[in-house]
Amino acid sequence: MKLFRISGGIHPKESKELSADRPIERLPLASVLRIPLQQHIGGPAVAVVDKGDAVKKGQILAVGRGMVSAPVHAPTSGRIVSIGRFVAPHASGLPGQTITMRPDGRDEWGELPAPIDAFGVDPAVIAERVAASGIVGMGGATFPSAVKLNLRNRHKLDTLVINAAECEPYLTCDDRLMRERTAEVVDGVRIMRHGLGVGRAIVAVEANKPAALAALRLAVAAGGFADVTVVEVPTRYPMGSEKHLVQTLTGQETPARALTADIGIVVHNVATAFAVYEAVRLGRPLIARIVTVSGGAITRPGNFEVPIGTPVSHLVEQCGGFRGTPERLLLGGPMMGQPLASTRASIVKGVNGVLALAAAEAPTGPIMPCIRCASCVAACPCGLAPFDMAARIRKEELDGAVRIGLLDCIACGSCAWVCPANIPLVQYFNYAKGKLTAEQRTKHKQEETKRLAKFRADRLEQQRKAKEEAMARMKAEREAKKRQAEAAARVEVEG
Amino acid sequence: MTARGPIGGPHTHSGASVGRTMGLVAVALVPATAYGLYAFGWPALFLFSGTVVAALLWEALSLKLAGKPVRLFLFDGSALLTGWIVAMTLPPWAPWWIGVLGAFVAIVLGKHAFGGLGQNVFNPAMIARIFLLISFPVEMTQFLEPRPLLSPGAPGLAESLAIFVFGHAGFDAISSASLLGTVKTALGQGTALPDILSNSHGLLPLAIGAVPGSLGETSAVLLVLGGLFLLATRVITWHAPVAMIATMAALSGGFHLADPARFLDPATQLLSGTFLFAAFFIVTDYVTAPATGTGKLIFGAGVAFLTFVIRTFAAYPEGIGFAVLLMNATVPLIDHVVRPRIYGRTRSGEPIRYEER
Ligand code: SF4
Ligand code: SF4
Repeated sequence: MKLFRISGGIHPKESKELSADRPIERLPLASVLRIPLQQHIGGPAVAVVDKGDAVKKGQILAVGRGMVSAPVHAPTSGRIVSIGRFVAPHASGLPGQTITMRPDGRDEWGELPAPIDAFGVDPAVIAERVAASGIVGMGGATFPSAVKLNLRNRHKLDTLVINAAECEPYLTCDDRLMRERTAEVVDGVRIMRHGLGVGRAIVAVEANKPAALAALRLAVAAGGFADVTVVEVPTRYPMGSEKHLVQTLTGQETPARALTADIGIVVHNVATAFAVYEAVRLGRPLIARIVTVSGGAITRPGNFEVPIGTPVSHLVEQCGGFRGTPERLLLGGPMMGQPLASTRASIVKGVNGVLALAAAEAPTGPIMPCIRCASCVAACPCGLAPFDMAARIRKEELDGAVRIGLLDCIACGSCAWVCPANIPLVQYFNYAKGKLTAEQRTKHKQEETKRLAKFRADRLEQQRKAKEEAMARMKAEREAKKRQAEAAARVEVEG
Repeated sequence: MTARGPIGGPHTHSGASVGRTMGLVAVALVPATAYGLYAFGWPALFLFSGTVVAALLWEALSLKLAGKPVRLFLFDGSALLTGWIVAMTLPPWAPWWIGVLGAFVAIVLGKHAFGGLGQNVFNPAMIARIFLLISFPVEMTQFLEPRPLLSPGAPGLAESLAIFVFGHAGFDAISSASLLGTVKTALGQGTALPDILSNSHGLLPLAIGAVPGSLGETSAVLLVLGGLFLLATRVITWHAPVAMIATMAALSGGFHLADPARFLDPATQLLSGTFLFAAFFIVTDYVTAPATGTGKLIFGAGVAFLTFVIRTFAAYPEGIGFAVLLMNATVPLIDHVVRPRIYGRTRSGEPIRYEER
């Protein structure tokens, strides 16, 4: 297949060798699981179990709320010990609504929905099952997958792209998944293709995963699946960025502020495809995922199948604990991963890696003034001028930064990675984006308040008017009555 | 540095640093500098060292006055390089105070007056060069034939020290003008170009640097070598140098064809004076050049165009300093107008549109 070049991008040190050769291991269950109700983009799920309830593995714990949401299921059998707020696996460390359960050790499945004859049903049935299984984008985006499958209703689509680039350094969970569960992955890809209602699927894998590529190609050839193409894409960060991957494959840029669906393509992560396979063929909801645990400060790096809700501390213990004090503890890859506030936080659907970086692996150089070397401009895959945006943000000229493209920044971090002055460019951008969102929210709120106030004023005015009118009417009536009475009296007198 | 939230990504880094970049530039300067020091002997070595040391001292003083961390910035390499580049543009036997003054103008006025590293609009070394040229036209235009270190005509250590401290007026050096200076003067007196050039060195010595000229600017070959090194290590991009060289070649070629008796040929234009030095080490200065490839092309072409105009039609034989400063002033405008195209948008910033699907 002919591939197209994206502009910008970088080649960070891969460090995948730390865990690439370690087969997926199943972890012993943690003594307690903490399952956040918000593991996806959209509305948090709403608990349908109560404290003290006994639940079976796969049983629904919380239902999705609203158009964009996802349910949450029990990762094992056990008892609900509490429903309340707990540290969310997020940089802020702010607590979020969480179900805490204590496994009973029997790991007993509850009643599961029946398997679906994937290719014999309407695509809508597949999407429905995907929604009911709580499947979200497992590459980290965590957008509910069913919503994306249903894009077929509103867009003219032709291709499903499976993102198996795994361009973040260190991470090998997708690589292992493709190598060890190849047939299932390919089946999942085909089911998704059908569920999306398109004729072809492209599985894009970065060239640094030859074993996965070979395994996939073999499985596709053996099955004689003409609808699936396995494509080797160049190893170049951020190849896994949805829009850049699509451009690499088709040469087409997704218009700004639009979806890849607008050019006929929907992108799903390869781990999502595996989850879809399990949901459709086995009726199993998304209750576990593969996680890479790696970094110089991890004693025994590896890839693990981890029940959702497992505390990070349990996972780290199973890897032999830390080697020295980790300089940085992250969820996700080193480029876009989130610093972890506490190892008490749990593994959620979107977490593909737990990294404990040693001091030598983390950036340490002093922050210097920008020397305008323009390395960041060359590295930016979105055609932005990061140094210029940062300079404007530093002067609090947020509108100026927006004018030159701040909102088109995908926060990939390529610019900061190359910057010889170690300027925390992405932090500037996040700061500005956060502030803009807050401002917008305040503005929205103010407008809402204004609207409500006006509404109230109008209503009062109306009430006042109505009252006045009523009083006037009553007065008129009273006077009319009085006149009548007087008239009657007069008649009597005169009569 | 106020806008910093909690520690953010990326959590890994390329290892690039300001110091490393500056170090590579220094390495690239070594061949041409070494040749210059060899060709012009002890006095050049004194002048070079004096200028660099002065630059570092001025830098330390400026940092201290500005309340910036002296240790961090003093050794980032930028002051060293500025001093080094200033020294390379000086007549090799100029007295010490020329170097110290040049370093002062470059570091204090050219850099720190604008706010320090990364803030200056104009190339500090070029500001120093122009300042010295205007203030001390005699000292700044006295070049001499190379007198390689330890060769018969070269001054000894003691003599060299005297030249460094008091100037070389007392020493019987045949000072001569640079080729461009000679040509300008002779053309002004009505001599035709071929006659002027027949008395000069010819192209080969011009290329290797066996001609009178500034301390580090004479050897075209070694300067190009340094430039190629910078390109190979990706410290600089090709845009500005190529635009500069191509524009000068085209312009001077055109005029030369039209009237060979009045206009220098392209080869001489390119090989003489500061041209190649500027092409690889001045117009590629990050801080004072545009950020985009297209911007750099415009910038390089502009410098070459102005240089040609000044060399050919103005009173100064060498025009690069002025040309660079003039173009420096246009950089904010170039960077404002020439922006990279944002992903998913047209050049005018509108989202891309495809034909109705
Ligand atoms: S990479 Fe860093 S130093 Fe270079 S221009 Fe960008 S922000 Fe400035
Ligand atoms: S973080 Fe934003 S500005 Fe920086 S390289 Fe990525 S897209 Fe460009």
